[in-house]
Amino acid sequence: MNFFVENLPYILAGISVGGQYALIAIGYTMVYGILRLINFAHGDMFMVAGLVMVYIAASVPIYIAIPIVIIFTVILGCTIEVVAYRPLRSAPRMSVMISAIGVSYLLQNTALYVTGGLTQTYPTIPWLAKTVTIMGAHTKMVTLITPVLTILLVIGLVLLIKYTKIGMAMRAVSRDFETSQLMGIDINRVISVTFVIGSFLAAIGSILYFSNYTGVMPTSGSMPGLKAFVAAVFGGIGSIPGAVIGAFIIGICENIIKGMKLTVFSNAFTFVLLIVILMVKPTGLFGEKNIDKV
Amino acid sequence: MLSIRGLHVYYGGIHALRGIDLDVPDGQIISLIGANGAGKSTTLKSIMGLVPKSEGTIMWNEKNITNIHTKEVVGQGIVLCPEGRRVFPDLTVEENLRIGAYLRNDKDGIQKDKDWVYDLFPRMKEREWQLAGTLSGGEQQMLAVGRALMSKPKLLMLDEPSLGLAPLVIKDIFAIIKEIKAAGVNVLLIEQNAKAALEISDYAYVMETGTITMSGPGKELLNDERVKKAYLGE
Repeated sequence: MNFFVENLPYILAGISVGGQYALIAIGYTMVYGILRLINFAHGDMFMVAGLVMVYIAASVPIYIAIPIVIIFTVILGCTIEVVAYRPLRSAPRMSVMISAIGVSYLLQNTALYVTGGLTQTYPTIPWLAKTVTIMGAHTKMVTLITPVLTILLVIGLVLLIKYTKIGMAMRAVSRDFETSQLMGIDINRVISVTFVIGSFLAAIGSILYFSNYTGVMPTSGSMPGLKAFVAAVFGGIGSIPGAVIGAFIIGICENIIKGMKLTVFSNAFTFVLLIVILMVKPTGLFGEKNIDKV
Repeated sequence: MLSIRGLHVYYGGIHALRGIDLDVPDGQIISLIGANGAGKSTTLKSIMGLVPKSEGTIMWNEKNITNIHTKEVVGQGIVLCPEGRRVFPDLTVEENLRIGAYLRNDKDGIQKDKDWVYDLFPRMKEREWQLAGTLSGGEQQMLAVGRALMSKPKLLMLDEPSLGLAPLVIKDIFAIIKEIKAAGVNVLLIEQNAKAALEISDYAYVMETGTITMSGPGKELLNDERVKKAYLGE
């Protein structure tokens, strides 16, 4: 109990950052589930969403800037899919992956060009930045909102996948492209919807994350992107609940390590975890036993 | 009525179809028999728009469907029940049927066809909420046929529906095919089980290495010496 009270600020921060990782991790895991592709550009898209917010919020009120950022990120995600991945649909998986790495660098370097490499200050969103006190621990409102919002979004997504027609099509396409086509399903449309959802969640994640960390740099996407990716692998890549649980575990552990005054090791922890998972249970917590298509 | 003229297809560097002519008139069961690798599946896949064609035309009721998208082929009422069943293992039986009706929006019609499929295959009704991956091979084949019927096809193409099934189940499947024909659906059937296929066919084609070498009414081919020797093992 003592440990809990002492570490409460860290646990809260962990839950919060875990939710932010989760929102990114879902994008990785959904795209992997359908295309069997690790979308390396996903983390950088998260960073771009942050930068766009910086520039847009400079000229319009924040409540208009938020929807603009979300729409921009969704369009960016779909454009990347159409331009960089769709033409390679029947190419070997390795080619698509290299294309994804290319897009990742393109986004980072464009951001470097635009910002001149300077850290941009993220605009303050008043109701996210408000300070609240829980059991003696001071924290920002965003810390409390993040996990709630994440869980609501995940529930919404799971319901969408389970009960709607497009959700059923997504499950079918993730199993078998050819047979899905024989049902009259437009594969490209289903893939676009996947990118819309992934980008939408990344945009929300970006707003929450940068409200907490306040600075955006061209490389700001890599670390959260990598951690979200580890979370997706930890949960079993392709599984949405897996990615969410993985993300919360990583977020919380990282911050508890910081609470134990071992901050220098907090990043190392995540990657050690990745190595251990890959050695002990490569399919992750909820991974498909048989990844190959039947 | 479907009619194919002079169809050439290159598939994986192989000249898989070398000028095929084939007709599926209304109200008939047509079968396509031949050895493995003769190009039977490729013929069906090219009708569905899954493989690119280099030459030839495919006409469906006076409409040229040679190069249209798979989705539009399905929209035209042509459906393929693929080889190896290919049901979606982590969708329920009911969802597999519903996904067969993916392009349809008529709720009542879909429900009616679902009831019809459950009538044809009472076993599917019992297993409505089970994941398709947990069904036996024969049940999966029934589900695959039912799923194909859910798109309200005018032409149903079946690729090896009896493959790997027990003789009793095969008998069931063939009885159902006749019933489907009686319901006014044209059937194009590919079979390795040449005897069973020829028995129910109005007309049949024999394929060898990408060409059609023989054709005639099913009963006639059944008694043809060459067919007997090559495909009926007599």
